[in-house]
Amino acid sequence: MRSGRFLTTVVAPVVAIVIAFSIAGLVLLFADIDPLDAFKEMWKFGTTTDSLISTVNRSLPIYVSALAVAVGFKMGLFNIGVEGAYLLAALIAAWFGALFSVTPIVHIALILIVAMTVGAIWNGIAGLLKVTRGVHEVISTIMLNFIAFSLSAYLFKEYFIPESEGGGLSSATAAIPASGRIPSLNRILGAVGIEAGGIFELHGFLIIAVFLGIGYHYLVNKSRFGYDLRASGVNPAAAHVSGVNPKVMIMKTMLISGALAGLVGMSLLLGEYHQYPQDFRPGLGFTGIGVALLGRNHAVGIAFGAFLFGFLERSALILDFFDVPREIVTIMQGVILFTVVIVYEVISRYVAKRTVEAAARATAEEAGLVSSA
Amino acid sequence: MAQAPAIELSGITKRYPGVVANDNVALTVMPGEVHAVVGENGAGKSTLMKIIYGMVKPDTGTMAIDGKVVQFRSPKDAIDAGIGMVHQHFMLADNLTVLENVILGSEPRAGLEIDFRRASDRIAELGETYGLRLDPVLKVEYLAVGERQRVEIIKVLYRGARIVILDEPTAVLVPQEVDELFDSIRDLKSQGETVIFISHKLDEVLAIADKITVMRGGKTVGTTVPAQVNARQLAEMMIGSELPTPETRESTVTDKVLLNVMGISLASESGGKNLLTDISFKVHAGEIVGIAGIEGNGQSQLVDTLIGIKDETEGRIVLDGVDIHDRSVIDRRSGGIGLIPEDRQRQGLLLPSPIWENAALGHQNQRPYATGPWISKKGAKERTVEIIRRFGVMAPTVDVPATALSGGNQQKLVVGRELIADPVVLIAAQPTRGIDIGAQAAVWEELKDARASGMGILLLSADLEELIGLSDTIHVIFEGRLVAELDPSEVTPEALGTYMTGAAQETAP
Amino acid sequence: MTTTVESQPETREPRRLNRTTKFILVALGAVLIMTVAELITGSADLTTRGTASAALRLSIPILLAGLGGLYSERAGVVNIGLEGMMIAGTWFAAWGSWTYGPWRGVLIGIVGGAIFGLLHAVATVTFNVDHIVSGVAINILAAGSMRFLSSLVYSAETGGSVIQSPAVDGIENIDIPFFAGGDLFGWSTPDIFGWLESQSWFFVSDFAGILRGFTGGVNWLTLLGLAMVPVTAWLLWRTAWGLRLRSCGEDPWAAESLGVPVLRMKYSAVVISGALSGLAGAFLVLVQSGIYREGMTQGKGFIGLGALIFGNWIPTGVLSGSLVFGFGDALSFRGAVVFRAFVLALAVGLLLLAIYRAAQTRTRVAIVAGSLGAAFLVFYILVDQVPGQLLNATPYLITLFVLAAASQNLRMPAADGARYMKGEAR
Repeated sequence: MRSGRFLTTVVAPVVAIVIAFSIAGLVLLFADIDPLDAFKEMWKFGTTTDSLISTVNRSLPIYVSALAVAVGFKMGLFNIGVEGAYLLAALIAAWFGALFSVTPIVHIALILIVAMTVGAIWNGIAGLLKVTRGVHEVISTIMLNFIAFSLSAYLFKEYFIPESEGGGLSSATAAIPASGRIPSLNRILGAVGIEAGGIFELHGFLIIAVFLGIGYHYLVNKSRFGYDLRASGVNPAAAHVSGVNPKVMIMKTMLISGALAGLVGMSLLLGEYHQYPQDFRPGLGFTGIGVALLGRNHAVGIAFGAFLFGFLERSALILDFFDVPREIVTIMQGVILFTVVIVYEVISRYVAKRTVEAAARATAEEAGLVSSA
Repeated sequence: MAQAPAIELSGITKRYPGVVANDNVALTVMPGEVHAVVGENGAGKSTLMKIIYGMVKPDTGTMAIDGKVVQFRSPKDAIDAGIGMVHQHFMLADNLTVLENVILGSEPRAGLEIDFRRASDRIAELGETYGLRLDPVLKVEYLAVGERQRVEIIKVLYRGARIVILDEPTAVLVPQEVDELFDSIRDLKSQGETVIFISHKLDEVLAIADKITVMRGGKTVGTTVPAQVNARQLAEMMIGSELPTPETRESTVTDKVLLNVMGISLASESGGKNLLTDISFKVHAGEIVGIAGIEGNGQSQLVDTLIGIKDETEGRIVLDGVDIHDRSVIDRRSGGIGLIPEDRQRQGLLLPSPIWENAALGHQNQRPYATGPWISKKGAKERTVEIIRRFGVMAPTVDVPATALSGGNQQKLVVGRELIADPVVLIAAQPTRGIDIGAQAAVWEELKDARASGMGILLLSADLEELIGLSDTIHVIFEGRLVAELDPSEVTPEALGTYMTGAAQETAP
Repeated sequence: MTTTVESQPETREPRRLNRTTKFILVALGAVLIMTVAELITGSADLTTRGTASAALRLSIPILLAGLGGLYSERAGVVNIGLEGMMIAGTWFAAWGSWTYGPWRGVLIGIVGGAIFGLLHAVATVTFNVDHIVSGVAINILAAGSMRFLSSLVYSAETGGSVIQSPAVDGIENIDIPFFAGGDLFGWSTPDIFGWLESQSWFFVSDFAGILRGFTGGVNWLTLLGLAMVPVTAWLLWRTAWGLRLRSCGEDPWAAESLGVPVLRMKYSAVVISGALSGLAGAFLVLVQSGIYREGMTQGKGFIGLGALIFGNWIPTGVLSGSLVFGFGDALSFRGAVVFRAFVLALAVGLLLLAIYRAAQTRTRVAIVAGSLGAAFLVFYILVDQVPGQLLNATPYLITLFVLAAASQNLRMPAADGARYMKGEAR
């Protein structure tokens, strides 16, 4: 069934992307804009070294967010609460990180741990509600998102803002000292022969993200926990009978997902902003959902998806110069997401049908009727 | 007087990938006749009925109703032509009332609204005529199995069916309910209805049918009348060869108690009657203990309690000398309880996952499937190959998804994975449900071999032949209690049925 | 507000009656407790016509979204995309009103929501995509599309930008005749509730004030929304179309076997749910804010889903839920003092419930209610002023709380969310 896997993992997203570009093209035409021109400009701008660095930077938080969502998806849990969790975690981690200064590795590790803990607790509330009261996680996580927005607004205003020199209130938390900053990788790039233009620093968090991806893959696909996780997603009744405690499974999954969610904002916080401003990058939680679906919950697929979305965002900036609304990219992301789930379904069903047919033919000694699977 | 047949099928062929479900099938049913179609699981009866009912289109062949050739595009066409189907698995919406289920799709109108009064009256009328009394305002979920079947029959008659198809109607009934059903069939016949009766229960077919058509391997083997044939001959027509008989064998029961269940009770979550009350029994090494009972009398709850999914409110369970009553499911599985679940697709398999992952299900924390915290793909695949070889599972590779296997092979996989783990006690719930006779015989052999090697087996089954044939001792469960302990070599299916319906009680409650 | 449905079985009929009387008793009790709380805290705003009027107004979008969800889920399709469909409704209604006028705006808003409903139907009914995945995708797609449309249409206009439209005309309010002194064919009627309210009689005046709030300054769209409740109940339980739709959600295979066009009915139901959500969005723009602003739905689509669940998938239940959530929304605007009075009322109510349940020896419920009541009491005593940002979280907290409390005895349609393919076995 290699061809089957190829179809689902490669052909499906490609088809979806092509459809999305076509629809975007149509929309642009409708708005009196030449789509091919627009796409060409986007490609030209997006493939410069600086743009590529920016793209990778943009894709890091999306990647982690998608991993967080994917962990839940593998179990059939819909964690829409990554959005609230990461904002709250970033705020608290920023405040925490600015309180002291120690050896860099320890400092950074502590900040990351705080962020993961906050995220885990916040999403864990939804898990708790589901396990004890049967509240569906989609609604509870969304409600918790809104509550997180309010809570972080409150904490931000009341407790986390330092006074600035003029006696007024600054618009961000205190800056994290140098020991709590993740260095950029530009020097490594230079050593490999890639000359950065000097505008962007490649976030060092990239290394952590890679490890997160590897860890995700091994956890989900090779470990016993991962087996239980996936079994619970495929057939909860069978998983229960096989020894998986469903409530414990739900809690563990939401905690892990939340911990990952907490890390979503860390590349920005520790690699670029070094503080939490009032308008800390929103929306990453929802983008993560799309990328997880696009990448089929697979560590490498998600990486491609995150890169794609980051590329779209970055290259769309050039559209401002040509009077093209850069929001075309938001439509494209939405259309990609919508079409990819349909295309996946269609292709999966086709592949499944062919597999069953082939197996049935291979075992055609069976007397009688259709296999009623 | 040449009367046109009520239904005449000729040359009906239907192919599915890998199998010919119906091969040049011919069937002739005269009006007012009770015509039985018999054959084993997988002989093609269900496909044929789906074709008659318009749910499936034949590849070739013609169908004529009352002499006129017809082509059905959907069940609605069949209903319009006067055909009604009472499905084996009831097509009833639990949350809707009897009345709503009956009129769905053919609702009587009063202006813009449904005319509930007219519907109610008609249902009462039909109930009187055919002896099928029902309360229209009850929600179907509150009805017993026999009553639900009555709803299905009324559904069919409500739409003016003159040809009634009954698909395995006695599969879920005990002997007493079967008698009631046969009375209804006789009433139908006396009112001029034509009845097609699908079954593989030969004694019943001989009792009620006017004519019998035998199917085997998708073909019609022949048509005969009950006066000219007996059950054994019919069976041989169905299988095409000699019947295997459950032979008498030497008892392998020892004195060693592997599973000791003492006074298990399970309270209901909604505060009503107990689901299980004071269940006690022992399973010895080398013994198969059978539990007989009508579905819904506590068998599922008993299995859930033994495996650890539900916590019993009272009582103790001792497995091989160890008290396990507060152990988790996974501890019990590792401790040596194997389970063949009653619904393999719902509880026993991960259908989209490859076979080797399914082989690990229930044993995913043991060797060779796992080493430490990691799953051992290699170990799992090797073990799967062994299972396939030893238990005759027909699968092209170990990587195909479980959904690609036929029902019989899926069941063999489940049975194989449980037996190869050599459990202390194996709980086998409906182990041969819905699989063809070849796979059924294979499973029976495996269970007997396992018993001979000293395993203890708890067998829960609705197939009385299977229970009597395999068990060393049979308990009957009724309304959550064990009401009888019987010797299979002395008991008849009728007597068993009496205990199962609670009409007789051997052990005082 | 209650509809007795003849087809309900006898076993349900008495329960229905009990539910109605229970509902009235609880409502009266709640008002009584709140009146007392007002006296104690010196706040005057808990049971006034202003709060009542706001509660009703804020509940309508939730009600419409919840009813939309009702149609869809009763047909077996889970619709998480209500929020996205509402967003589409807001944008299209604003644009429609801006271009053609308010009532056409309503229509266009409905169509906008229905379009996204259609997309959801295509994904779930035809392609069998997981219902929740599709709903989430619809939300993201709708939000993105509206932003893009805004950038096309509004950014060049005065008062407009990527995230908001210029001001648009809304729909007007009326006063109901007799109850609130509205005009009836030209002559003005006496204002009965208003008069009762002004008498300052303990409890009676407060209750009259609430009713006055419900009947005065009421918008046409509010009346339309409320009318949808009995209309839905009638449609779904007394017509053949409704029975067939419900059967699709309970057992589509049974429905198929009887010739019901299951796929077609699911499509209709989901498009209707989109239309109703679109109407909810139109309401937000044309009745409440007079402008389109990105993100103005603020999760009301999801709260509507909460109302649906709380209401056990029954129209009158959805109405109750929407009123509760609407009230919570209104509270968050009234200020900290009123909120404090509400907390006190809640504490008292919970403690009374605890005593009642303890008397029935339902100890577990009593303990939970009692501890929650005590917690709220402590909160009331210790916290003087709830900060504004936290007040904003009230509707979401209430939704969570209500769902957590009520989630046990619910009965959703049996085949809700099930994968159904025509011709396949279940």
